[in-house]
Amino acid sequence: MDANADPTREESSADTVGGGVYRLPAGTSLSLDSGARLEGLEIAYQTYGVLNADRSNAVLVCHALTGDQYAAGVHPASGKPGWWSRLIGPCLPVDPARHFIIASNVLGGCTGSSGPSSIDLSTGQPWGLTFPVITIADMVRAQALLLDHLGVGTLFCVIGGSMGGMQALQWAADYPERLFSAVIVASAARHSAQNIAFNEVGRQAIMADPDWRGGDYGARADRGDSQPDRRKGPEKGLAVARMAAHITYLSEAALQRKFGRELQRDGVSWGFDADFQVESYLRHQGSTFVDRFDANSYLYITRALDYFDLAQAHGGVLARAFTRAREVRFCVLSFTSDWLYPTAESRNIVRALNAAGCRAGFVEIESDKGHDAFLLDEPVMREALAGFIGAAATARGLK
Amino acid sequence: MTALSKEAAQREDFREILRIVRPGSRVLDVGCGEGALLELLGQDKGVDGRGLEISPGGVAACLARGLSVVQGDADHDLDDFPTGAFHYAVLSQTLQAVRAPRHVLDELLRIADRAIVSFPNFGHWRVRWSLFSRGRMPETRALPDPWWNTANIHLCTLRDFLDLAEDLDLQIEACSALTQGKPARSIDPEKGLENWRAEAAIFLLSRRTPALRPTLDLETSQTTASDLFNP
Repeated sequence: MDANADPTREESSADTVGGGVYRLPAGTSLSLDSGARLEGLEIAYQTYGVLNADRSNAVLVCHALTGDQYAAGVHPASGKPGWWSRLIGPCLPVDPARHFIIASNVLGGCTGSSGPSSIDLSTGQPWGLTFPVITIADMVRAQALLLDHLGVGTLFCVIGGSMGGMQALQWAADYPERLFSAVIVASAARHSAQNIAFNEVGRQAIMADPDWRGGDYGARADRGDSQPDRRKGPEKGLAVARMAAHITYLSEAALQRKFGRELQRDGVSWGFDADFQVESYLRHQGSTFVDRFDANSYLYITRALDYFDLAQAHGGVLARAFTRAREVRFCVLSFTSDWLYPTAESRNIVRALNAAGCRAGFVEIESDKGHDAFLLDEPVMREALAGFIGAAATARGLK
Repeated sequence: MTALSKEAAQREDFREILRIVRPGSRVLDVGCGEGALLELLGQDKGVDGRGLEISPGGVAACLARGLSVVQGDADHDLDDFPTGAFHYAVLSQTLQAVRAPRHVLDELLRIADRAIVSFPNFGHWRVRWSLFSRGRMPETRALPDPWWNTANIHLCTLRDFLDLAEDLDLQIEACSALTQGKPARSIDPEKGLENWRAEAAIFLLSRRTPALRPTLDLETSQTTASDLFNP
C-alpha cells in the first residue's frame, strides 16, 4: 500500500488519487463459499477523493467481468480514460470532490488482486487451476475486508453495472447494515440458461486451445521458464471467447448501424479472410483483449457469474435476500436493447425489492446500444444517477 | 386529456388527496408523474410513499426528488407490488386511460386497504350538451382532445363507475365532485343530479369484504407481503 492510500489525510482535493494492494495479514485467511480458505489474499484497489471526517461519503464502485480497479481517471497501462469515467469525475454523478470513491479488482481477477495468475505462496508457483473456485459473494467478502482496512464502516453507496450490479445486490443481501444506498445497472439477480450457455462457449474456446495446457500456461521457474509472461497462454481461445461475448454486449441494431454488410475492401475474397467489417472488428476486439486479460481469470470469473443466483441462496425467494435491506435506497437501471441482462431481469429485482418493502427506484432507459450502454455516454442514465445520488446525499447529510 | 388539462385537474385532486390521507400512512401513487403529490404527501403528512410512472423522464425526476418510483404502467406492472403493502393506492385522472379499468381497480384494492380514484365524468352536462348539440364526440375543457388523439379510451359517467364499484363489491367511503377553479364539494354520487353537475369526481374506496390476506408470506409468493415498511 503506498503513501497516497491513507484516506484520512488532511489534504482535501478532488484530484486525490490513491490506491495500492491490500494484503490480508499473515495467519488470517478468507473463507470461500466453496469451503476452501484462501491465504495471502491480495486486493488491488484505487481510490479517488478523500474520506470525510464522518466517514460517511464512501462509494464502492464494482466492475464487470473484464473491468478493473481503474474506474476513473486515466488507466496506467492503456492511457485511456477509466472504464466508468463518464460517471465518475468532477461534476459527474460520482464526484471525487464530494465522495471517497473506492474501486477494487475483483477476487479472481488479473490486475493485481488474488487470482489464478497470482502466486500460490505454498508452492511459489502460479495458482493456475489450483486456485479455488470463487463466487460473487466471495468477491464481496474480499471487498468488505478492504473497506475494514480503509476504515470505511458504512458505504454511502455501492454502485455497479453488469457483474458489478450483482456485487451491489450481494452487498445488499450480506451487508445491508453497511449500506446507505445501492445502484444496480444493466444487471440480474441470477445467470439465465442463455447467460451460462454463452459463458460456456467462451470457456470451451479457451480450454480447446492447446496453449491453455490444462491451465498451466504460466511461466514456471522449476521448468526453467524465463520471466513470467502470461501472454504465452491460450491467446487464440481467449480471443474467440471475447469475440463471442462481445456480440452479447451489443444489440443487433447497433451492429447493423455500425457495420451493416460493409466490406473491408472492394469485393469479397472468395476465402476466409475478414471480408466483412464486422468480422474485422470482432477480430480486433479479440486480439486486443488477450493483451490485457488472463485466460484462467476469464474461466474463474465467468464461473462465478454462472453460479450467481441470489434467490437460490435465500430459499428460492429473491425477496428474502433483501428483508434486512429495508433501509437501503435502491436504484435499478436497465436498457431497452440489452439482451444479455434484459429489462425483465431488472424488473425481477425490483419486484423482489418491493415485496421485501425496500425503497426501490427503477428506470428502463431507451437505448439501441445493447448491454454496453452502461459504459457509454447515456445522458438519461447519467441524469437519473445524478438525481438519485444527489437526493441520497441530501438524505445522508452530505455536502 | 392534454398534459395541461390533466395537470389542472390533478391540482384539484391533490388538495382532496391531502385532505383524505391519514398522516404517516403508506401510499402508492400510480401514475405519479414527476412526483409532485408524493413529495407533498411526504412533507405535509409524513407519508411513506412509493410511485409507479410510465415515462422514464418522470421517474428520473422522482429519483432526483429522493422518491422511490418504479417505471411501469398501471395495466401491466401493478402485479409487481405485494398484497396489502399500502394503506392507500392513488390513481389520479388515469382510470379512463388504462386498457383494463376493472382489473386495475381490483389490483389497487389488492395492494392497498383503500383506493383513491379520480376521473372525468362523461355524464357532466357540458359533455352531454356537446354530444347532443353537435352530434360529435364531446370536446370540453375537461376533455379537450379530439377522439382520434385522446388517451382516454374508457370514459365513463358517475353512474357507470358506481356500477363497476358495486360489481367489484367495493364500498364508497367518500366522494367529492371536482370542478376546475372551484373547491371540491362532497357529494352523494348516487344522486342523479350530481351525474350532471360533477365535471370530475374523486372516490375513496375500500372492499366491503376484505380479501383474505396472508401475513408476511414471502415463502409462497414473491409478491405477497404485508406490514413490511415498518418492521
